[in-house]
Amino acid sequence: MRGRLALGFGCLLLGLMLAFAAFPDWIAPMDPLAFDYEALIAPPSAAHLLGTDQFGRDMLSRIISASRVDLQIAFFAMIGPLLIGSLIGLTVGWFGGLADVLFGRLADLVVTFPFLVLIIAIVAVLGPGLTNMYIAVACVGWVSYMRLMRGEVRVQRGQDYVAAGRVLGFSTWRIVWRHVLPNSLRPVLVYAVTDMALVLLLGSSLGYLGLGAQPPEAEWGVLIADGKNFFTTAPWISLGPGIAIVAAGLGFSLVGDGLANLLDVKR
Amino acid sequence: MTELLRADGVERRFLGGRGLIDMILRRPRPVVHALSGVSLSIGAGETLGVVGESGCGKSTLARCLVRLLDLDAGTVSYEGADIATLEGPTRRRFNRAVQMVFQDPFASLNPRMTVGAALAEVLQVHAIVPRADIPARIDELLERVQLPPTAAARRPHEFSGGQRQRIGIARALAVEPRIIIADEPVSALDVSVQAQIINLFIDLQAKLGLSLVFITHDLRLVRHITHRMAVMYLGRIVEVGPTRAVFTNPRHPYTRALLSAVPRLDPDAPRKADPVRGELPSPLNPPTGCPFHPRCPLAMPRCSVEMPALLANGGVEVACWAVNP
Amino acid sequence: MSLTVRDLRVVFHTGRGLVWAVDGVDLDVGPGEVVGLVGESGSGKSVTLRAIARLLHSHADTTGQVRWRGQELLTLSEPAMEQIRGGQIGMVFQEPMAALNPVLSIGLQIDEVLVAHTDLDAKARRRRALELLDQVGIAAGAARLGQFAHEFSGGMRQRAMIAIALAANPQLLLADEPTTALDVTIQDQILRLLLRLKDELGMALLLVTHDLGVVAETCDRVAVMYAGRICETGTVRDVFRKPHHAYTQALLRAMPSENTGEDFDEHARLVPIPGMAPRLDAPSPGCAFTPRCTVTEPRCGVERPVLLVEGDRTSACYARDRL
Ligand SMILES: Nc1ncnc2c1ncn2[C@@H]1O[C@H](COP(=O)(O)OP(=O)(O)O)[C@@H](O)[C@H]1O
Ligand SMILES: Nc1ncnc2c1ncn2[C@@H]1O[C@H](COP(=O)(O)OP(=O)(O)O)[C@@H](O)[C@H]1O
Ligand code: SF4
Ligand SMILES: [Mg+2]
Ligand SMILES: [Mg+2]
Repeated sequence: MRGRLALGFGCLLLGLMLAFAAFPDWIAPMDPLAFDYEALIAPPSAAHLLGTDQFGRDMLSRIISASRVDLQIAFFAMIGPLLIGSLIGLTVGWFGGLADVLFGRLADLVVTFPFLVLIIAIVAVLGPGLTNMYIAVACVGWVSYMRLMRGEVRVQRGQDYVAAGRVLGFSTWRIVWRHVLPNSLRPVLVYAVTDMALVLLLGSSLGYLGLGAQPPEAEWGVLIADGKNFFTTAPWISLGPGIAIVAAGLGFSLVGDGLANLLDVKR
Repeated sequence: MTELLRADGVERRFLGGRGLIDMILRRPRPVVHALSGVSLSIGAGETLGVVGESGCGKSTLARCLVRLLDLDAGTVSYEGADIATLEGPTRRRFNRAVQMVFQDPFASLNPRMTVGAALAEVLQVHAIVPRADIPARIDELLERVQLPPTAAARRPHEFSGGQRQRIGIARALAVEPRIIIADEPVSALDVSVQAQIINLFIDLQAKLGLSLVFITHDLRLVRHITHRMAVMYLGRIVEVGPTRAVFTNPRHPYTRALLSAVPRLDPDAPRKADPVRGELPSPLNPPTGCPFHPRCPLAMPRCSVEMPALLANGGVEVACWAVNP
Repeated sequence: MSLTVRDLRVVFHTGRGLVWAVDGVDLDVGPGEVVGLVGESGSGKSVTLRAIARLLHSHADTTGQVRWRGQELLTLSEPAMEQIRGGQIGMVFQEPMAALNPVLSIGLQIDEVLVAHTDLDAKARRRRALELLDQVGIAAGAARLGQFAHEFSGGMRQRAMIAIALAANPQLLLADEPTTALDVTIQDQILRLLLRLKDELGMALLLVTHDLGVVAETCDRVAVMYAGRICETGTVRDVFRKPHHAYTQALLRAMPSENTGEDFDEHARLVPIPGMAPRLDAPSPGCAFTPRCTVTEPRCGVERPVLLVEGDRTSACYARDRL
């Protein structure tokens, strides 16, 4: 019951974010780029629910219009590693052999570096920007997906329903795609949703550092960075986007947990 | 009786696990001798029972017979052709002819597929019936195993153990096999439900003329549904023959021990003979000579040195020096 | 009677609601007696045994009476219960691998019981441990004392568990399917061992099993359980000869025949019980066996038959005289 409630709340948060991202112009109370010289660095009020920045731009509207970029980051920084890692995991988990050993060692190698440091290093080489960030995350993030997938495939491979498929003369292709894959997907999917929270934070961090989304693309991390000089005098400028990041992260985590229960196959 | 499936001198070994210390000391990986030269034949329309205690190689034998495992030595042949050489269409013909029912009714069904989808897949892959007739055939199969047509829309977890075992049987029947190899199909079930499944096997065999290899550790069931039986011990067949003959006059000391160890339902039954001593030796390190000699009440010096061959003796075949001196 | 159980009820509070696992069980075990508690899986045998030994966790509500030699166990303080459990009442479980401590040697596990329940000094405890291993048929005891559960085979593990259970000389041994995980030849050895020990030590044995054959071979009396309730009790001979409950009769008939003689009817169909085991989250107001019963009558489904006492038999079935 509590699980259901948490899932509901998570869905609500994510739904809100999606709505922001889909229809920013309808939902945002004003133009995020409009300067209001009457209200420079104004604290939250009825006119500006989350206050304004040093140019008098409405923070709430800025946050809403930036949500699209953040959700994009969450999705694209997740999907690459998911596809690459799962495919490798499925293949080496099923066939084993030398490839299994090689990819296992490669994964060991990748995880010996701290996640963030490695990504910053790759972005530094490729140059800042979202596309390069996705590439960097894919280079590092596939490891978790591969390991999850490989472990689950190894378990499923030994199940009798797989043996039954072989006795029934099913092709390896059919057994792997139609039987093993659907039964091995759960941990990967659950992890992916939680991972979206992590990559969202990562994207914002890189944005804050100037390595991710580049202006004029607004993004929550960039918004926080914009407010950092006013943090002692006008904390709301950074606080609003900060709360947005936490809320989105929470939403992904709650949905991830809820999904874990929902996808739990009954035996 | 025409012979359908036959095993000749089948051997199968597994590499055992090795502890860290063994690895450091570079000891070789231990070898489990799961099957050490098993020969059998299965005729059309007959039920062959295979009994033995856990670890004696029953499941390994079943898996070798359906080519889930490769052999280390020996052959399994179907209608005279070595199944290890079958490829393409002939292999598919073999898969259609020889089916298997598994012990664990929970693990042997894909938990994410409805019963209908699982059966439809089999019918489609082997093009058993035209696509349009698939739903009708599914109903037929479900009826054959005494499940309601509504079962098709449900997933395995919605069924009890006995019902799942019926689903597994329906799946095996979908390809219209000639032989079903059933590996402890009722061991996970309660007695009352076990009887339902046993009756189903008896009926199916009578109606469809199937051959059945019925693997079990329960001797009472063997007596009930098999024509012939093979008793296994430590990867070998020690006695094989018509079930009636084996039960009324067990010759091998292990068969006798096994029969007398089964608890009897009659509270007034006479006190049994002393139990067989000792436990099953490790298949990692099987005894020399007759595998049963460390526990055998009749063991003599040559038993621990020379392996007795499986020889005909009064209508059955027995591998024992005391029986075939 | 040394153990008297009356109206024992265990209700589990689970995430999906209540489960009436034990639903009014009456049971007696006399001194030196072997009583079988038999039923199919999920009928509540293990929970009954654990409730008697007060081994259930907090999400189980246990009510009723469990009198052990005049003492009410259900309301006993936990320290007093600890003295009885492992002391006067020993326990043996189905899975010795799960019940034995994997990181303590067998010798230490015996020693623990001796420290808790006897005044023996270290030397005497070691002598006693060796004696116990000898009693349960573990040869070369001195070497075995230092070994761990994983170094024992299945049968030897069960013997070790019995040795631990016997360490404090219990007057009652509660055994939960002690041979179910074993092969028949080993089962035969362990059952004989239990019976021999029972005679030598003069203890009583409450043996939980799902195998009617095991009951027939080892027990003096039997209690048949279905869906958390006792169907009938009586001497094994009486119950097997003429059951007083439709379920007992159906269960006996469902067993494959064990006739090994020439007159055996090959390929005779078995007589199964239709349907499947009932769910315990919604107990029926009547007899729980009604939906599967072939001799049922209208009141069976609505009014629960009470356990009638007749001499040394009890039964709860409206069809008793028609069986
Ligand atoms: N995949 C495997 N890897 C290693 N050992 C195995 C494997 N399968 C079976 N064995 C071993 O082979 C022997 C025979 O096993 P099995 O055929 O399952 O026996 P049964 O079915 O009669 O209980 C056992 O000792 C078992 O441990
Ligand atoms: N800890 C528990 N929580 C909830 N239900 C339980 C628990 N333990 C047992 N049960 C339920 O109680 C019933 C009886 O179980 P058990 O006594 O183990 O049966 P048996 O030993 O006769 O096979 C079962 O339906 C089981 O699901
Ligand atoms: S060969 Fe020897 S040891 Fe083996 S069963 Fe016969 S008498 Fe016993
Ligand atoms: Mg097996
Ligand atoms: Mg139990």
